[in-house]
Amino acid sequence: MAIEDDILVIGGGLAGATAALAAADRGAQVRLVSAKQSTLRHASGLIDVLGYAPAGDGPLADPFAALEDLPAGHPYERVGGEAVREALAFFDEIAGDAYEGGHTDANALVPTHGGTVKPTARYPVSTADGLASDDRDALLVGFETLPDFDAPLSAAHLEAAGAPFEARGVTVQFPGIVRDDAKITRYAHLLDRPETVQTDRGETTAREALAAVVDPHLEGESRVGFPAVLGDDHADAVRADLGDRLGVDVFEVPMGPPSLPGMRLEDLLYDALEERGVRVTTGVPVVDYETDADGANADEPARIDHVVVDRNGTEIPHRADQYVLATGGLVGKGVESERERVFEPIFDCHVPHAADRYDWFVDDVFGDQPYARFGLPVDRDLRPLDADDGLEFPNLRGAGAVLGGYDFAAEKSGAGVSLATGYVAGRRAAEEKR
Amino acid sequence: MARDTAVLVLGGGSTGCGIARDLAMRGLDVTLVERGNLTDGTTGRMHGLLHSGGRYAVSDQASATECIEENEILREIAGHCVEETGGLFVQRPEDSDDYFREKLEGCRECGIPARVLSGSEAREVEPYLADDVKRAIEVPDGAVDPFRLCVANAIDAENHGARVETHAEVIDLLRDGDDIYGVEVRHDSGPGKRTHATPGTTEEITADYVVNATGAWAGQIGAMADLEIEVRPSKGVMTIMNVRQVDTVINRCRPKGDADIVVPHETTAILGTTDEEVSDPDDYPEAGWEVDQMIDTLSELVPILSEARTIRSFWGVRPLYEPPGTGTQDPTDITRDFFLLDHADRDGVSGMSSIVGGKFTTYRAMAEEISDHVCEQLGVNATCATADEPLPGSENIETLEAGMDDFGLRSPVARRSKQRLGSRANEVLETEEPNPVICQCEGVTRAEIRDAISQSGSDLNAVRIRTRASMGNCQGGFCCQNMANELHPTHDEETACEALDELFQERWKGERHALWGEQLSQAMLNYALHATTMNRDRDPASASENVDFAAFDGGRTEGDRVDGPRGAR
Repeated sequence: MAIEDDILVIGGGLAGATAALAAADRGAQVRLVSAKQSTLRHASGLIDVLGYAPAGDGPLADPFAALEDLPAGHPYERVGGEAVREALAFFDEIAGDAYEGGHTDANALVPTHGGTVKPTARYPVSTADGLASDDRDALLVGFETLPDFDAPLSAAHLEAAGAPFEARGVTVQFPGIVRDDAKITRYAHLLDRPETVQTDRGETTAREALAAVVDPHLEGESRVGFPAVLGDDHADAVRADLGDRLGVDVFEVPMGPPSLPGMRLEDLLYDALEERGVRVTTGVPVVDYETDADGANADEPARIDHVVVDRNGTEIPHRADQYVLATGGLVGKGVESERERVFEPIFDCHVPHAADRYDWFVDDVFGDQPYARFGLPVDRDLRPLDADDGLEFPNLRGAGAVLGGYDFAAEKSGAGVSLATGYVAGRRAAEEKR
Repeated sequence: MARDTAVLVLGGGSTGCGIARDLAMRGLDVTLVERGNLTDGTTGRMHGLLHSGGRYAVSDQASATECIEENEILREIAGHCVEETGGLFVQRPEDSDDYFREKLEGCRECGIPARVLSGSEAREVEPYLADDVKRAIEVPDGAVDPFRLCVANAIDAENHGARVETHAEVIDLLRDGDDIYGVEVRHDSGPGKRTHATPGTTEEITADYVVNATGAWAGQIGAMADLEIEVRPSKGVMTIMNVRQVDTVINRCRPKGDADIVVPHETTAILGTTDEEVSDPDDYPEAGWEVDQMIDTLSELVPILSEARTIRSFWGVRPLYEPPGTGTQDPTDITRDFFLLDHADRDGVSGMSSIVGGKFTTYRAMAEEISDHVCEQLGVNATCATADEPLPGSENIETLEAGMDDFGLRSPVARRSKQRLGSRANEVLETEEPNPVICQCEGVTRAEIRDAISQSGSDLNAVRIRTRASMGNCQGGFCCQNMANELHPTHDEETACEALDELFQERWKGERHALWGEQLSQAMLNYALHATTMNRDRDPASASENVDFAAFDGGRTEGDRVDGPRGAR
C-alpha cells in the first residue's frame, strides 16, 4: 500500500525545504524525500536574491528594483516580485536571529574567501560584522593549515576592490590542529566543545588559545574575520567568546565546500521542518512514477498518481495529490546530460537545449554560458511545460535550480530563486490540494 | 665577434630540452628559448606512451628498434617519470590473423620482448577488456610523464650552466648575409622567471650556432630567414578519463587506424588518437565528433569506456616531415623518423640547423645526434653522456623508496609526492612549515607547489605541469584558487589574481570537450564556486567602475557595536 500525503516534495535543498515549509504552513500534510545530501554543504550560506542583472549590470544595491526588468521565463518573472518579497519574509521568520539583512531592501556586500566582495540579500549572523559596506578597519586571520583562505591576500584584494576601510591579513597556527590536512569540521569541533589543547603556556581551551595567538596581531582594528570554521552547533557562543577575549567583533568569511555556514543553514531548515511536522526521509531516490489513468480526459495531460521511492533496494510507492520537484540543477543532478541530450531524470520533463553539445558552452569560462541556464521551463504556476508549451503534469511544480532560464551564478540569484519558487510552489500546492 | 651564447636552442619541448641538456653536459654554453611554457607545443600534448617499439614493428622497423633501445635507457635515467605498465596489442575477432603474426614476428626481429596471451589470459591482466577479444601480444610499453621528463631535462641543463628562457617568443632571426647568428625574442614579462602583470621586453640573443627545434612550428621560424621547411603538422585528439580503466597500455592490433590506444597515466587513462594534416599548428578545428570517435571506437576494446566519465580532451600537433618529392598523401604513412636539416648544406645559409619529425620516446637519441652535429660544426670535441647520467629526481630511486619516511602526510599523498619528485623528495618535502594538501584530487602538497613556483615564477600552468595540481577530476575547480594563494606574498595580489584567471581559463579550455554527464555537473559546480561564492566573474576589483559601497547594507547593529578599538577590555 502506498504512503499517502497531501503533498510530496522531492529534493531536500533550500527550494525543497522551503516548499515543504510553505505547504505545511498552510495546513497540508507534507512529506519530503531526498536522494542524498543536499548541495547546501557546497553553498556559502549567503542568501543572494539578485546581485547582477542578467545583462551584467551591478553590483545592484537594490535587487527588488531590478526584478521588474527580468526577461520572460526567468523564475522571478514567473512568480512576480511580490512573491519574492513574501518568500524572503517567510525565510526571515524561519531563520529568526540566525540571519540578518531583513532590515533593508539594499543588498549587502560580503567578503568571501577569495577576497572578493559579493552582493547578497541575507547573511548569517556570523558574517554580519564582516560587511564590506561597513567602514570599520578589519583584521583578517588565516590559518597555516587551511590553504583555502589566504588572509593577507584577501586583505590586499579587498583594498583592490575599493573597500572603504583598512584591511590587514595575518596567517597564524590554529592551536590544537596537529595534522596538516585536518578536516574543516575538526577546527569547528575544537572550538565548539570546547576542547583543551596544549600550548607553550600549558593546557588551555582551544578558544582561549586561539585568542591568545591572534591578540598580538591586533593593531587597533575593532573587528576580526576568520575563515568560516568558528564552531558548528555553538557557533554564536564561539564567536562571542572569541570577541570577548579579544575585545573586538568577530566574524566569519564564507568559504567553499565543505561549508559550515551552508551546513548550519541546512540544520536550521531541517529543525523547522521537524517543528512543522513535515515528514522527512533522506537517502531515498525517486526512481519511477505512475500517472493517473482514471480521471484523465484524452485532451488533458495525465496527473501523477504516485512515485516510486527506492529505499535500500525496496521500491515503495508514495502517493500525494500534489508534487513539488526540487531536485536541483546540474550540480544536484536534478538535471542530467548525456553526449546527445540534457534531461530531467525522474519525470523526463522537457529541458530545452541545443542539439549539438558544442553549443552548450562558450569559450570564455565566465562568458554567457548556455549550460548554466539548463532547466525546466514553467508556467506562472511553476508547472513544467513540454516542448509545445503544454503542461507536463497538472499536479507537478518545479522549484529551485531544476528550473531553467536563469544563470544563478552570474546573477547571484540562486538562494533567492530557491526561496521564491519553493515558497510559491509549496503555497500553490497546498491551495490546490483536493 | 663575441656572442652571447655558443648554442641557441629554439623550442622548449622534449627535443629542445634534451639538446640543451646534452650540450650543457658536454660543457657548451647553451641558451634555450621557448615561446610559452616548457612542453607547450607537442610534448605537452601527447598521450604519454613510452613506446616499446611494438607499434612500428611491422611498418617501420628502424624506428621500432630505436624505440626499444631508448625505452630501456629512459627506464634507467628517468625512472621517476616512467611507469612500467607493460602493453598489450589486442586482437578482436574482425582483426586480421596475418597482421597479428606479422606484428609478433616484427617485435622479435626488432628485439622487442613479446609474448602471446590468449583472450582469457589477456582478460586476467585487464579484466575490462571486451569478452570477444581473441588474443593479445604483450610488450614492454610504458607510460611516461612528458611534463616531468621535459622539466627534468631543462633543470639539468640549468644545473650544467644553461640559460632556459620560457615565455620568450622568437620574433626574428638575426641574419647577416648568408649567416644566421641569433634571434630577437619578445619576453612576455621580461627575462627570467615569468611574472604576471610585469611588462615585457625584447632582447637580441646572438649565438655561434642556432638549433631550430620548434617541431611543428619549424616552418614558421624558417620563414623568418626565407628558408622553406616543409613540415606537415598533423593533429591528433586525446580524451582523458577520470580513472584508470586499464593499468596496461592497450593497443589495437591492426595495421593503422584512428582511436586505437588507451594509455594509463597517473590517476587517469588517456584515449588516443587521430592523425589529420592541418595547415596551421596554432589554429585548427577541434571537433566534437573526434571525441565521440575515441570513446565509441575504443569501447570496442574496453566496453566500460562508453559509460565512463571523461574529464577533458585536447589536441596535439605532430611535427611530421618528409623529404621533398616523396608525395605521401596520408599523414599516417609519413615516417616518424626525424630529419636534421643543415641549412648550410641545404639552402646555403650557415649557422642554423632545423630538427623536424621524430617522436617523444626517442627524443634523447635525437638530441644526441643533433648535439654531435652541433659539436662538429663548432669544432668541439666532447662526447654524449645522457644515456648514462640519471636525470634530476631519478638518482638513487631504490634507496629512496626503501628508507624514506612519510613526512607526516597521509600515506597515499606521501607515496604520490615521492613518485612525482623521485630522489628530490627529501629536499622538497622536508619542511618545518605545515604542509597541507593543496590539490585534493592529485594529492599535491604546499611544499611541492612552492617548489614549483620557485622554478617557474608566477606561471601556475608551469606549476601545474610540474606537480599535476589541478589535473584531476575537478579540473582545478577546487584548487586553482589555493594554488594562486601560494603565490602570495612573494608575488603581489594583482599578479596572483592574474595567474589564477589564466590557469582557470586554461583548465576550462580542455574541459569544454567533455561537457556531458558527470563532468558537466562538475563544470557547473566549478562555475558556481568561482562565480557564486567568490564572485570572480564580476569581481569589483577588476571592474572598470568603482563600487559605491555606501549604497549597500552596512549592517543593522550600528548601535550595538563595541565602541572603538578594544572597548570591551
